[in-house]
Amino acid sequence: MTATANRLAELMDREYPHGFVSDVAADTVPRGLSEETVRLISARKNEPAFMLEWRLKAFRHWLTMSEPKWSTARYPAVDYQDIIYYSAPKSMQDRPQSLADVDPELLRTYEKLGVPLKEREMLAGVAIDAVFDSVSVGTTFKDKLAELGIIFGSFSDAVREHPDLVQQYLGSVVPYADNFFAALNAAVFSDGSFCYIPPGVRCPMELSTYFRINARDTGQFERTLIIADAGAYVSYLEGCTAPMRDENQLHAAVVELVALDHARIKYSTVQNWYPGDKDGKGGIYNFVTKRGECRGAGSHISWTQVETGSAITWKYPSCILRGDDSIGEFHSVALTNNRQQADTGSKMIHIGRNTKSTIVSKGISAGHGQNAYRGLVKILKSAEGARNYSQCDSLLLGDQCAAHTFPYIEVKNPTARVEHEASTSRIGEDQLFYCQQRGISVEDAVSMIVNGFCKEVFKELPMEFAVEAQKLMSVSLEGSVG
Amino acid sequence: MLEIRNLQASVDGKPILRGIDLSVKAGEVHAIMGPNGSGKSTLAQVLAGRDTFAVTGGTVFYQGVDILPMAPEERAREGIFLAFQYPVEIPGVSNVYLLKAALNNIRQHRGQAELDAMEFLALIKQKMKQMEMNEDLLYRAVNEGFSGGEKKRNEILQMAVLEPKLAILDETDSGLDIDALQIVAKGINALRSPQRAMILVTHYQRLLDYVVPDFVHVLAQGKIVRSGGKELALELEERGYGWLEGAEAAARPAENA
Ligand SMILES: Nc1ncnc2c1ncn2[C@@H]1O[C@H](COP(=O)(O)OP(=O)(O)OP(=O)(O)O)[C@@H](O)[C@H]1O
Ligand SMILES: [Mg+2]
Repeated sequence: MTATANRLAELMDREYPHGFVSDVAADTVPRGLSEETVRLISARKNEPAFMLEWRLKAFRHWLTMSEPKWSTARYPAVDYQDIIYYSAPKSMQDRPQSLADVDPELLRTYEKLGVPLKEREMLAGVAIDAVFDSVSVGTTFKDKLAELGIIFGSFSDAVREHPDLVQQYLGSVVPYADNFFAALNAAVFSDGSFCYIPPGVRCPMELSTYFRINARDTGQFERTLIIADAGAYVSYLEGCTAPMRDENQLHAAVVELVALDHARIKYSTVQNWYPGDKDGKGGIYNFVTKRGECRGAGSHISWTQVETGSAITWKYPSCILRGDDSIGEFHSVALTNNRQQADTGSKMIHIGRNTKSTIVSKGISAGHGQNAYRGLVKILKSAEGARNYSQCDSLLLGDQCAAHTFPYIEVKNPTARVEHEASTSRIGEDQLFYCQQRGISVEDAVSMIVNGFCKEVFKELPMEFAVEAQKLMSVSLEGSVG
Repeated sequence: MLEIRNLQASVDGKPILRGIDLSVKAGEVHAIMGPNGSGKSTLAQVLAGRDTFAVTGGTVFYQGVDILPMAPEERAREGIFLAFQYPVEIPGVSNVYLLKAALNNIRQHRGQAELDAMEFLALIKQKMKQMEMNEDLLYRAVNEGFSGGEKKRNEILQMAVLEPKLAILDETDSGLDIDALQIVAKGINALRSPQRAMILVTHYQRLLDYVVPDFVHVLAQGKIVRSGGKELALELEERGYGWLEGAEAAARPAENA
């Protein structure tokens, strides 16, 4: 046995004292990050050699990188050696075949979060690939989807069952060397979702994932890969919530989307992870890389996001418009309250001819919240006739918060048309008084005005999500006025 | 219905209302006139509960209850309505949405069932017809880009829908063309009833030609310096506020005199 393998075996045998907050016995690798951690994760997941190779390349590259400092977010340094990089609910070791086999404690946790798997499955016709900590535990509607040739399930399953597809597309949109957090994710990602829609197939239901952060000090490194083959259509929902807790937690997910000729992907997110308390203590660090490539002609990718959670958000869902006539969209609402900080926006890279992109960003700041929009519209020389429209609105509640806008525009083709509009407004005391005089409470008035401000983005969300998003806004703004 | 005793209010330590006494009974219409800056809007807003103004003395009883500790929305739900001199624009919120939220809050407070969308639309369309308002205005953001006259009519529309017990109209007649003035007056008169009281803040006799007041008061320097019947307004129209100068001087506190 090699030294590494020895150490590996030793580690596998060790018992770890860090149990789950919700009492699900966790099977965790020790704190810290080294090449051994990466090998251990890969081994735990019985991954083929190409995966381990890729992870190791990513890890070695990560060692040469340093954490980006250009965002407006301010936070204490993250100790990457003090993070547990892998943990799985113990009951996963013998995979549950149906929800009936799922740890009831786990199901109860979902219930508490308002995500009753069973009900949603029946009521909404949504197939749910639920990620509890790092491993998928319940995938529903798999059979129904399989009939159409749709592959939807955990990333680990896909690596085992469809290694060719994974190998072909993994890292093809977000290469492991893309940025510090993407490299970290590539090295240690534990699980996530995988979805492939075959040519000409319209996915008949919204596909959905619920993320949750639970294990103490466990960094979350999800990876999602969605491929819509020629003429395919899929709408994908991602929603997340986390329980109250004190330690800051790092979350560095990667989402890659690939749309081939005339394919369409709609990706919607409602994010309400624990934002920390009123003074900014606790809360999630959400450093995400999301990127879609419109690889085929006439393909179309839209990102819609409602971000109300996390202590710090660092996120720029982007589109690479490679195919001629392809379309990229980004619709975003980001809300920061108390001490939350958000640095978010989008990048639209126009490569193909007659490519079009739209950016609609709505930033809301309350309390001491800091909200920055950072966007890049890049029109390459090849992008004859490209068009972009960007709109960037900020709404301020109170006078302790702030909004910043950083639009970057690079145009290399003279036929391109790029429009940018921006506005900043404040919810005025006179507006609130006017509503109150009509019998409406301050809280209702604020959420009415905020929802009005966000309307344009909410209408892009699937119905069920739009309602959730509205509620979320009100909840997130509680105590910010009055 | 409304009993105001020695009401004093100030903003940033500067006194604006300097002891107002006013008694309004159900069924009555009171007109309040007075020069610019005399405190008419301040009085209206203090009654509605605006906290920009600090009440430094006096009492306000409405239907026998001290309303000074009440939040603005509670007062509104109890039936106090203020038509604003400068209606506020609320981008992103449609006029119809605000009105529906307002009505349902008030109905709920009165123990009435909420109106569903159909009932509500039927009601509002009927009221809009009365006000001869274009239905497009329902679906536009509250007051955003409304003309001056449209804003004022919108205030009266809201009043007609919410059916308050005490309506305070702050210069609702200003900025209206002749036809609009008649329509607004009709809207106000339609709401006159033995159960309701109204306070009309105005600079002009022409509104009072249509909505004939029971009492007219002149506010100057934060005090009511003269009260009378409807003929007082006519007298003011003829002679201006100048002839009240003596009374005004009397109202002025010693340090300013
Ligand atoms: N928020 C405020 N801050 C400072 N001063 C104020 C404020 N609100 C009102 N005032 C002052 O109080 C005085 C009374 O104002 P108010 O608006 O009540 O007058 P008004 O009688 O309604 O006048 P007009 O006929 O012009 O409408 C004015 O001198 C005004 O400048
Ligand atoms: Mg006034």
